[in-house]
Amino acid sequence: MFEKALIGSKKYWGLAIGLLAIMGVGAIFYLQQWNYGLGITGMSRDVSWGLYIAQFTFLVGVAASAVMVVLPYYLHNYKAFGRITILGEFVAVASVIMCLVFIIADLGQPTRALNIVLYPTPSSILFWDMIVLNGYLLLNILIGWNVLASERKSVPPPAWVKPLIYISIPWAVSIHTVTAFIYAGLPGRGFWLTAIMAPRFLASAFAGGPALLILLSLIIRRFTKFDPGKDAIQNLGKIVAYAMSINVFFILLEIFTVFYSQIPEHMHHFEYIFAGLGEHGKLVPWMWASVSLAVVSLILLVNPITRRRESILALACVIVFFSLWIEKGFVLVVTGFIPSPLGRVFEYTPTVPEIFITLGIWAMGFLILAILYKIAIAVKEEIEA
Amino acid sequence: MKIDRRGFLKIGGLGILGVAVKPVIDVVSKAKLAEASSKKGVLVEKRLAMVVNLKNCKEGCTDCIAACHGVHNVPDIANPKDEVKWIWTESYENAFPDQEHRFIGGGMKGSPAILLCNHCDNPSCVRVCPTKATFKREDGIVMMDYHRCIGCRFCMAACPYGSRSFNWRDPRPFIKKVNPEFPTRTKGVVEKCNFCEERLAKGLIPACVESCKNKALVFGNVEDPNSEVREILRSNYTIRRKPGLGTGPQIYYIV
Repeated sequence: MFEKALIGSKKYWGLAIGLLAIMGVGAIFYLQQWNYGLGITGMSRDVSWGLYIAQFTFLVGVAASAVMVVLPYYLHNYKAFGRITILGEFVAVASVIMCLVFIIADLGQPTRALNIVLYPTPSSILFWDMIVLNGYLLLNILIGWNVLASERKSVPPPAWVKPLIYISIPWAVSIHTVTAFIYAGLPGRGFWLTAIMAPRFLASAFAGGPALLILLSLIIRRFTKFDPGKDAIQNLGKIVAYAMSINVFFILLEIFTVFYSQIPEHMHHFEYIFAGLGEHGKLVPWMWASVSLAVVSLILLVNPITRRRESILALACVIVFFSLWIEKGFVLVVTGFIPSPLGRVFEYTPTVPEIFITLGIWAMGFLILAILYKIAIAVKEEIEA
Repeated sequence: MKIDRRGFLKIGGLGILGVAVKPVIDVVSKAKLAEASSKKGVLVEKRLAMVVNLKNCKEGCTDCIAACHGVHNVPDIANPKDEVKWIWTESYENAFPDQEHRFIGGGMKGSPAILLCNHCDNPSCVRVCPTKATFKREDGIVMMDYHRCIGCRFCMAACPYGSRSFNWRDPRPFIKKVNPEFPTRTKGVVEKCNFCEERLAKGLIPACVESCKNKALVFGNVEDPNSEVREILRSNYTIRRKPGLGTGPQIYYIV
């Protein structure tokens, strides 16, 4: 099937070359980071995780695109999603690969990465995250590829794929939960020390993943002969509406607990993102942008009249994606360190090399996605023709 | 194999139950073990700790910092973004945020407090390390293996005392005089106070304690009732940093 990725239109090759070019620029900056060390980034003694770990956190959420189509199709026999399960699974594959590469990019000693496997440490949440992320990657590659190959031959998928599909559903929950546990179990980091962290990760993932899937489906319909289906897109829209509402509700719960209890170690972080601490307020405009985008997206998604118009649904999905990116892909990680446990406010701004390395990894993810989608859609077009 | 939805849920439920029960069993079995060994009185025979007497600490004096950083090849990187420090001073309010109030007297307000790794009894940094590059010894010292550390910095996020530094860049050009007896570090690894384990092995006391002319730092075995630290803990009221977090810090402060 892979040969299908090698035959494509000019647009396909143009996209691939464009993404390769961005990856190339990222790679050059990564060499610089390799030589100099992570000091080339904006990270500091106080803010010791930044853009890379935040992207990893956000992209774990994007990987939820798979489970939100797999679950209704395989557990509830919702046929409309049958056409797009492969699209969800391949987004999951691309996002989990990006997650792993972002972790490697963030390591001070990347050549020692295998120490996690050589000295397995079950008390560390990072050890479990390594297991659940790699497992989820493997599950989605195996399921996606085999189901697609059988579809091409018009035969049912091999019997051993079915149990893997069932396993992949709770496994998807595990990647969000375990990633949330990285943050939610640390003493002295009041911003993260909240039992609702895992539910928040799940809610934002079930909004962000399907939102991206809707956008990709609309792009596919426009540029290829394969139509993911109006029903599928509309029902994904409902999932995004519910998940985003729950996500906003969860954040409001956090705000209540923090500001009503008035415990400084928890409250200072929220003050930092919503109002700034003293003259320090770099994240304030970002946070309010995220909040405003979330509110606008909810208005557009909850109202059936706007949600049913595909162009407005697409706009709402873009808004959801950016709102969640600001919140999970930046603010959530950085604010955990500001103020520091010693009460110091040391702000964080990503540097140019850091931003280009990040863009390079995103480009790599989109290239993987483009190749996988090319194969999937070529097969679908072949079947329908 | 054919699994229907009900069958799947049954199997999944059992699996989740197993995962949930395991830690409970662990805790119970550990509790029994601790009980059994403490009865014999052999749970620990040595527990290293330090008392910092802030009353004796002279403002402006940096002898302990210089001694420690000199002997351990700690680079002197001036900017706060990349700096590495094993022992340093911070204002009392920042060191003890939960003890701070408007009318702090006794000359403590704004005065510097000596900070270092707390060598916690229940260290969260050790718990989160994915490679056991940081670990706790029998005698309580929380150690770093610079050769195993992958530089993920999970320990820095986990430490509630800000005691850990990362080598954001090659530290060697910033070491004024290299002590050949102690290794220099490479970029990309975490480091922190090691309670001078290399000196203890030779029968010496920690460099910071040795360098302090005012006896503001006292080091010893808190499990030994006749030790100097125990005598000081007996005769003085002492506090620890953020005891409410359950980390069991082993640096005691007289304020």
